[in-house]
This record gives sequence, structure tokens and C-alpha cells, in this order.
Amino acid sequence: MKSAVIVFPASNCDRDAKVALEQMTGKTPAMVWHQDSELPDVDLVVLPGGFSYGDYLRCGAMASQSAVMRSVKAHADKGGMVLGVCNGFQVLTESHMLPGALMRNAALKFVCKPVGLEVQETQSGFTRKYESGQRVTFPVAHGEGSYFADEETLDRLEGENRVAFRYAKGENPNGAARDIAGILSEKRNVLGLMPHPERVVDDVLGGTDGRGLFQSLIEALS
Amino acid sequence: MTKITPAMVKEHGLSESEYQKILDLMGREPSFVELGIFSVMWSEHCSYKSTRAHLKKLPTKAPWVIQGPGENAGVIDIGDGDAAIFKMESHNHPSFIEPYQGAATGVGGIMRDVFTMGARPIAMMNALRFGEPSHPKTRHLVSGVVSGIGGYGNCMGVPTVGGEVNFHPSYNGNILVNAMCVGLARQDKIFLSAAKGAGNPVVYVGSKTGRDGIHGATMASAEFDDASEEKRPTVQVGDPFTEKLLLEACLELMATDAIIAIQDMGAAGLTSSSAEMGDKGGSGIELDLDKVPQRETNMTAYEMMLSESQERMLAVLRPGREAQAEAIFKKWELDFAVIGITTDTSRLVVKHKGKVEADMPITALSDAAPIYERPYTEREAQTGEPAYDKSKPVLASLKAILASPDMASRRWVWEQYDHTVMADTVQVPGGDAAVVRIHGTQKALAITTDVTPRYCRPDPFEGGKQAVAEAWRNLTAVGALPLAVTDNLNYGNPQKPEIMWEIVAGIDGIGAACRALDFPVIGGNCSLYNETNGEGILPTPAIGAVGLMKDVTKMATVAFKRAGDVVILIGETKGHLGQSIYLREIEGQEEGAAPKVDLGTEKKHGDFVRGLIEAGRVDTVHDVSDGGLLVAIAEMAMPRGIGASVGMAGLAEAIPFWFGEDQARYCLAAPFAEAEKIVAEARAAFITVAELGKTGGDKLTLDNKDSVAITDLKAGFESWFPNFMAGEEIPVTN
Repeated sequence: MKSAVIVFPASNCDRDAKVALEQMTGKTPAMVWHQDSELPDVDLVVLPGGFSYGDYLRCGAMASQSAVMRSVKAHADKGGMVLGVCNGFQVLTESHMLPGALMRNAALKFVCKPVGLEVQETQSGFTRKYESGQRVTFPVAHGEGSYFADEETLDRLEGENRVAFRYAKGENPNGAARDIAGILSEKRNVLGLMPHPERVVDDVLGGTDGRGLFQSLIEALS
Repeated sequence: MTKITPAMVKEHGLSESEYQKILDLMGREPSFVELGIFSVMWSEHCSYKSTRAHLKKLPTKAPWVIQGPGENAGVIDIGDGDAAIFKMESHNHPSFIEPYQGAATGVGGIMRDVFTMGARPIAMMNALRFGEPSHPKTRHLVSGVVSGIGGYGNCMGVPTVGGEVNFHPSYNGNILVNAMCVGLARQDKIFLSAAKGAGNPVVYVGSKTGRDGIHGATMASAEFDDASEEKRPTVQVGDPFTEKLLLEACLELMATDAIIAIQDMGAAGLTSSSAEMGDKGGSGIELDLDKVPQRETNMTAYEMMLSESQERMLAVLRPGREAQAEAIFKKWELDFAVIGITTDTSRLVVKHKGKVEADMPITALSDAAPIYERPYTEREAQTGEPAYDKSKPVLASLKAILASPDMASRRWVWEQYDHTVMADTVQVPGGDAAVVRIHGTQKALAITTDVTPRYCRPDPFEGGKQAVAEAWRNLTAVGALPLAVTDNLNYGNPQKPEIMWEIVAGIDGIGAACRALDFPVIGGNCSLYNETNGEGILPTPAIGAVGLMKDVTKMATVAFKRAGDVVILIGETKGHLGQSIYLREIEGQEEGAAPKVDLGTEKKHGDFVRGLIEAGRVDTVHDVSDGGLLVAIAEMAMPRGIGASVGMAGLAEAIPFWFGEDQARYCLAAPFAEAEKIVAEARAAFITVAELGKTGGDKLTLDNKDSVAITDLKAGFESWFPNFMAGEEIPVTN
């Protein structure tokens, strides 16, 4: 499995994504600068967490306009897989690669803590190694992670089984609609999620629940 | 040329005798720009004029110290060619006036101090002191400071892994915001600020210069009064996005060999960075201000030299490397300009619009800056045994203490800080010390900040000792070998003899403890004049400290992990209640003597406990400090809801036993067989040790009689902070 991590100015989980991919796949991902208009030949593109362009406009709005995103869209259109974590999820909604928007947390504060999630949908290249309904714990770290979409869109996401991860009962850290933590694109090759799977692949850091996501990708892409 | 009047001299915070010294050094009347430069360089904040004579007494050397005080940050050897670089600095006055930006730029400033030396920041800590919760401003200040620290640190992608928050009326008009940054570098890639050699280009990188923060250093060197909020324009505005780019660009440039010297523009901006670089390199610097990137029009030389606009660096390059450096900064979309050249004149020369605005010997700004041996007088010591009601029920007091402002959980605070970014945080906030793995290795750094200001007021010397001892103990309690200290000395007005005594005795106490514990001071910062309307703060010498763990898998945390473990107390309990949390929270008294610290005992007990952790024999350790033994046990029970049944040992009176704040104590939990061995070994080493009971169940039970549910304790412990910040009314004390 070949992968690339996009580096926007003030991405700050780019190294974490790289390390997790190295650890899980044994291969070093290509680090792609936001001004590069061409992607290397890869199976997976990761949009990492961070504060691209300072998030001074809406989170992810500036990054969605950067040169590299045209290639990321083309990669997804061809069926290539794209994973957006945290700020990466925000970039995906701003790019209209995923529906809806990420709004300010309901408590109006940044929140960093481990959060219980349920894997809702295992029929995807990102989640096939999890059990349906499996409870996992990933950390969140965001100020604007409250997923929002109109009722029609939410119904459609649920109807098409595109809600990949949901906050477990009582664990919703940001007021997200219907406890949504992560969603799939229509073709199920793009996943955006607020919690950070790449921070839980190493025992020493207090959990390995994120490994399933990378193991799923390895299986799907090999 | 502007004629300098006595009023101008006074407005610049310079005394008559200081101005006379300037006239002597210059041999003429200074220009207005020169007066401004003297004013900031001779300010307490930049010159340490009241403390320099005393700071010299601190121990700063050890075989593992690579760089002691005097550079942007201190550097220690952590093995395998790696170096840890760290420093703590205050941003008190700006944070009181504008809490969000004051705290944010405090974080940004200390990060620059660390990455300007070639290190990637890997962890942030902070030590915060606010006024009493019932004070009308406290909530607003807590909210602003916490979101400012988070806003900057989170965007930088550096985990904020812990710190302290205290409340006390003495900070009502003068909060303390001390931020610490720890970075990691290779020992052969450390950058210093000495601008050696003549004819080398001086380059400016980062953000453009504006009019913000002019005279910030001077403000930080004066007392506050009710009109201080009018000083808001002297508070700088932070831009963490630009700082993140600056960090990456600087590290990219540092990977080349283009840099001779580099220094961040912190307090006193362009003035102090150029003067310090020239001073340390023994060279002169000539600046052409027309070349300085500016974001406002018609800025004068005076404004540019004194601006404290953030996210800027000054570097001296090897000649011919300008294009290489410029390409890197352009890639990161940052300003880059050659604004001057080093000379062999040892003078700082500032040109603007074809005029020489300043031309002064650099040593006049550094070595010749005034040093004061200010007079000091000892305040009468608080002694005696405070009285207390012996009949008060112990568990009810425990519940009240755990739900009190200084002891309640700080979760509300640290959940607003990204403490797991960089994926190396092994021990998150809430324990004795934070632990951050050295990326790609099994090694880790333990980090803590500590001081107990309520001990420092009655006894600044013992208080200084205790701050160091507690930091050392906290690092030990996770299993790290304590290596070095950065100190952030927050005091009142040094021109008052009693305050000066607090400073001198505090430094002496810190020095005594650092010497006894092999714990050198490798850098720090003094923040004086922390007074409002003549009322000084509690003396608050915050100690930031770093220790090394060779194997991160052998680490202790405070949480009880198994039922059936034996609860062991290392160290002697005499029941010292003077200045304790118990006395203050339950009896409403801030009375008595501070506890004494026996440094030999500290070392002996700490080395014993660390040995057990390093050998993988113990994984559950908590230092016994604020609130005493029962609070420590409750803090061990709450994380996983595992209770304990414990009883008294060696003392007849319950309240002093459970709540006394005797030093050099640790509480451990270990399975029975291991515990028996530990107790025997401790006795053989003449260490006071006691078995207090066993873990298990979901209650905390005392002497097989009274008990309280852990969930009950936890409810109060976890709810005080969120309730307070949600606006719950706080009864006015006193």
C-alpha cells in the first residue's frame, strides 16, 4: 500500500500520520507540499489534522482552494482512497468531497480527550477490520468538530450506511448532529472523521484502537 | 534633534542617577531613540538589575549541563547525542490587561526561545495564579488565559502536557502566567546568539513590524495601578499560524550551515536581539531600518526599535548564504530582509532615512547596565502551632478539600489544551509529572512545574527549598532521574526591603535545594513589581524541571491499578499543619510556620523510590504534598475508582496524620509479596516506612470504621472547576 500525506501550512498532525503509516504499513508515505499540483502514484491520500492556514477563515476553507486539492479530488474521482482526520475532515467538507460542515463545538471550547466511539459501518475499506457496533476509544482534539448537515442529508447518510463512526452514548464531545464522528463518501472511498486514529496505534500511548483502521486500509489496498 | 527633558527620562522609567550614568557612558546627551533603547535594555525585565547579584549564587553546572543561564534557553545532555532545551518565562502583566493575547504571546515567546536554539518544541507546561474565585475578574481572566494558551499551543501542534493553577486573593490585581517550553535537538546542532565576526549579513525573518507592544518591557518593570488597563495597546497580538511557519522555516534553515547566530525578537524586539547578539559575539551591529519589513506606514526609528511585534527572528548568516536562506523563507511565505551587517566597532548603529538615529557602545547596554544591591530586611517569622478543632470528621473534611478551588481537578483547563498531538505523550496531565517520549526511542522526559506560594510568604527560604524539592519529588514519582531546573521568580517591588528579602531568601532556598539534589538551574526569568496599588503577590518562585527516563515502559502513575495491593507510605509523618491546605480550607486560617524540608532525607527517599520504579517493581506512586496523605490516597483512588481501606500509623491524632504536609513522603501501592520486600528494604536503609492498608472495593475506609464512596469524592473533585466557570456563585470569603 502506497500512501501520501498532504502538508498544508500549519498542518500539525502530518508527522503523526506519517509515523502511524510507517508503523502499520512498513512503508514511508510521500509528504506532499500543498503547492504541488501533482500527486505521486499512491493508493491512499491522507489529509492530516492541524490548523491549515491558521484556520483564520472557516476551518479548512483556505486549504480546500490549494493547488494540491485538485489532484486529491481527481484521485478520489478515480476511486482512490482519501482519509481526512480532524482538520482533514474540515478540508473535505469545504472541498465538497463530503457533505455537511463542521461547526464550532457546542461548548464553544477546544476539547482534547479520549472519546468512546462505535464503529457503525464496517462495509468500507477503512473499517472492514472492525466488528459492527464495536466500541473503540480515539482521542479528539478540536475546537470546531460539531458535524452539521440538513435533515435530508443526515437521513440520506444514515440510509446509505455512510456514518462510519458515531460517538458512543453520552460521549458526544461537540454537539455533532446524531452523534456523527465520521462519514463516508457516496463511493465509500473517502472517509472524514474528527477523532484521531493515528494517535492510538502505539501501546505506550495508552491504546491501540486506531490500528483497525490502518489494518483495514492495508487489506483493502493490497 | 529632540531635547531630552527630565520628564522624558521619568516616562522612560529611568531614575536620575541612571540618566546621569547614561550621560557619562555616552559623553553627550542621548538622542530620543537612544534614550528609548537605554530604557528597555536597562529595564528590570531585560537587565535583571535587582536580582543579578543574587542569581549568581545559584548552582548552574553539572556534567550533563551543555548550556547554563545566559542564552535563550538552557541545554542538557540526555544521552545518545540528544539534548533537551528548555526555559520558563512569565507574561504576567500583559495577561492581566488582555488575558487571551497576553497568555498566547507568552506561549509564542517561550517557544521561540527554544526553537531559536535549534530545538523542535515537544512539550509545553504552564504555571498560572489567579485571584480568589469570588473576585469579579477571576472567571474572565481564567477563561481568557486558558483559551489563549490553548489557542496558540494547539495551533503550533505542540502538546501542552500540564501545569499548575492556584487561586489566592494576593493575585486579585496581578495574575501570574508562566509558560515553559521543552524542546529536543541534536547536541551538534545547537544554535547560539553570539554574532561573531565582522562583515556578516544581519537578516530579519518572520512577521512584519508594527506599532504593537512598544515599551512592553518597561511596562513589565513597573507596578500596576487602577489605570493600568489603559496600557492595553502595549500588549502584543499573537499569530500562531505565522509562528508555526517560522518554526518550520527556521528548522529547515538550521539543517544547512548558513547560520552564524540567531536570536528571537522577544521583549524589546529589535533592540535587545541586536544588542545581545553583538554583545555576546563581541562585535558591532549596524542596522538600516529602511529595510525592515513594516506593516504600518511612517513608523519612526524609535517605534521600530521598541516594537514588540511577535513572530520575528534576527539572524547573522555566513556571507553569500542570503539567497539560500531567502528561498526557504519565501517557501514558507514569510518576510525575509537583509537589514544590516556586523562590524568590528562594538557599537550599535541605527540608520533611518539617511540619518544616524543611534550610535552607542553595545557594552553600555549590557555590562554597564546598573546592578543594584538593594537593601533588605527580614520580616518577623510566623511560628507556633496553629490551633484547630480536633473533633471535625476527617472524611467530611477530605470531601470539602477535594472540592476546593486549589485542590479540585484541573480537567476543565487541560482538556482545552491539545496534550496528545505529536503522538508521544505517555503521561497526560493530572499525574505527578507529565511524561513525553523522545520520538523514535524508548527514552522519555518527565516535566513538572511546582511552587507552594503559601509556604513562601511566611518563610521564603524554606518555600524556595520546598519548590525545588517538590519538583524533584514529582519527577522521581514517575520514575525519572531529575536533571535540571528553570526558575521563574515572581515577586513584588524589589525597592521595598521586605520584598527584597523574599527575593534574596527565595533564591538562597532554591540554591540550597538545587545543590543538595544535584539539580542545576540552567535558565530562568525574573518577574518583579507584581503589585497592584502597593499590595504585593505571595512570593511565587515557580520551578520548572525536567528529568530523564531511560525506559518509558518502566513508569509509575498515581492511579491504583489492582485490588489487594498494599498501600505503603515512605517518609516520616510528624503532622505539620502550619500553612496547610487543611488549615486554610477547613479552619479558615493561613497561619503557622511553613514545613521544613530536610534535603538529605528528600534525596534518600527519592532515590529509594526511583530505584523501585526503574527496576519495574512498582508502578503506582504518588508524592504526598498539598493536602497531605489522605488527599494523596484519594487522588490515587479516583482515577480508576479503586478504593482502599487504610489506617493510621505512628501518630495518635487523626487530623495532623491525614492532612499534615510533612515533606519527603511518597505513597506507593504494590502487590503483597513485593510490598513486604519493599518494606524490609526500606527499614534496612533506615527509611521510615509504614503499611497503611490495602486497595480494593469502591470506598475509601479509615481505620475499619468510617467510609466514603469514591464516586462521592470524585463528584466534588471533578465538578468544582466546571461549575465555577459556568458561573455558579462563589461565596465571598473573609
